[in-house]
Amino acid sequence: MSELRSSAWEPSRRELERRAVRRARARRDILVATVALVVVLGVLVVGITSAPGWARVRETFFNWDEAKDSFPQVIRGFGKNVVIFLVAEPCILVVGAGVAVIRSTVSPLMLPFRVLAVVYADVFRGIPTILLVYLAGIGLPALELRGLTTNTMWLGTGALVASYGAYVSEVFRAGIESIHPSQLASADTLGLSRWQSMIHVILPQATRRVAPPLLNDFISLQKDTALLSVIFVFEAMFSAQDYTNYHFNYTPLVVAAVLFICLTIPLTRFTDWVARRMMRREFAGVVK
Amino acid sequence: MTDALLEVTDLRKCYGDKVVLSQIHLTVQPHDVVCLIGSSGSGKSTLLRCLNLLEGIDDGVIRFEGREISDPRVDPRAVRSRMGMVFQAYNLFPHLTVLDNCTLAPRRVHGLAKADAEQRAHHLLERFGLSDQAGKHPDRMSGGQQQRAALVRALCTQPTLLLLDEITAALDPELVGDVLRIVRELAEQGTTMILATHEMAFARDIATTVCFLDDGRILEHGPPAEIFSDPREERTRRFLARVLAAG
Repeated sequence: MSELRSSAWEPSRRELERRAVRRARARRDILVATVALVVVLGVLVVGITSAPGWARVRETFFNWDEAKDSFPQVIRGFGKNVVIFLVAEPCILVVGAGVAVIRSTVSPLMLPFRVLAVVYADVFRGIPTILLVYLAGIGLPALELRGLTTNTMWLGTGALVASYGAYVSEVFRAGIESIHPSQLASADTLGLSRWQSMIHVILPQATRRVAPPLLNDFISLQKDTALLSVIFVFEAMFSAQDYTNYHFNYTPLVVAAVLFICLTIPLTRFTDWVARRMMRREFAGVVK
Repeated sequence: MTDALLEVTDLRKCYGDKVVLSQIHLTVQPHDVVCLIGSSGSGKSTLLRCLNLLEGIDDGVIRFEGREISDPRVDPRAVRSRMGMVFQAYNLFPHLTVLDNCTLAPRRVHGLAKADAEQRAHHLLERFGLSDQAGKHPDRMSGGQQQRAALVRALCTQPTLLLLDEITAALDPELVGDVLRIVRELAEQGTTMILATHEMAFARDIATTVCFLDDGRILEHGPPAEIFSDPREERTRRFLARVLAAG
């Protein structure tokens, strides 16, 4: 080994030539990419700004003064979106994983729960999320149940959990079913119970495998927190609309949109990074 | 230019700071059967992957059919369409039948008509005793059958050079024979091959040249009679003593 690491090696002339070619190609690729980017963006900008209504749109949607003026109100609302998201996300994970695990049980005793899990997933995936939010925010308080909050923000959050829990349970189930049966068999031969195999062998592997689609659902959830505006929760969207109603200018909506983008883009990049890291780990040596 | 089919000069390959191949010189004439032997991690597979341009190299020159293929301007796909490779883990496409596995590249890369590609595939499958498997999906077949199918898939593109990467390493001992019989047949017909293998008896039998790799270098190479009966290097001797005792 020591002789291989010897510092005697110097790249040959041919290798230096090749490196020069590679560098030249890299430079050319960068040039082509830059030109393509500038041309495409240029066409887009010119196309939009030369539209007949552009002056009006710029005044009503992209007004800098209105943006500055509405920003405190919108960002205060946006804080609620973040809170809703942070509360809903762990609940969704628990509901989703729980429903998926229940659906993959085999014991006869668990049959009623399996049926309930199937019904839950079918019904809550079938109803549009906006409708669920509406029903939860308006319908549940009407029941006048003792102990049930009438705070529409938490009711709406519950609706999001119910809806996304159903989606996420299917993602988890796909992950569980993708684990090769030989894994369960080898857990069995070690004497683990079904439940232990699920917790210690199957679910950890399944979770790792479904991490990218799960994160994808969470990006979607971040945006769907804006649905709570239909039940008058003062989150970013509703705050923006509120401002709009008083000032006859739509700029706050664009402000809200920008805030959402600022939140989702980092998570999107994080999702890509997690997926790439997993690829590298599981296909070591094949994927760079 | 020489008329060698493949000529490797002073090849070097690193992963980060780790040098995995260095000072590799190798010349393969048409109809040669070159066997790469050596312990795991000695660089056999990496060398094959470098030859197929699956891995970039850090120095040296690889010439194939008289052309330098280590040039960054060379299209790797053009090279691979003339060079076949078979892997230890078969790597058949599980969603395609054996026949479709075998006709994919001839049709999509080489532009053969469906009927011609299928005729060629059927012909080869029959020769390799797989004619009744053509319609099956790979997962329904035994390991030996899958590896033979993978060989057929590589041969269907009529490569001038065949790279075989420990193709029997994942097989049950009783299935190894079937695959080796086919490789032997190919060797006898003059197919040019480079194979990484742990089957010493087989290498001794069919190789025209044996290369012993140790720690990323070809420590010793020569005709099998010489390497196996009278190795020059102490390390080759130790390696052979170990594997032959185990086998």
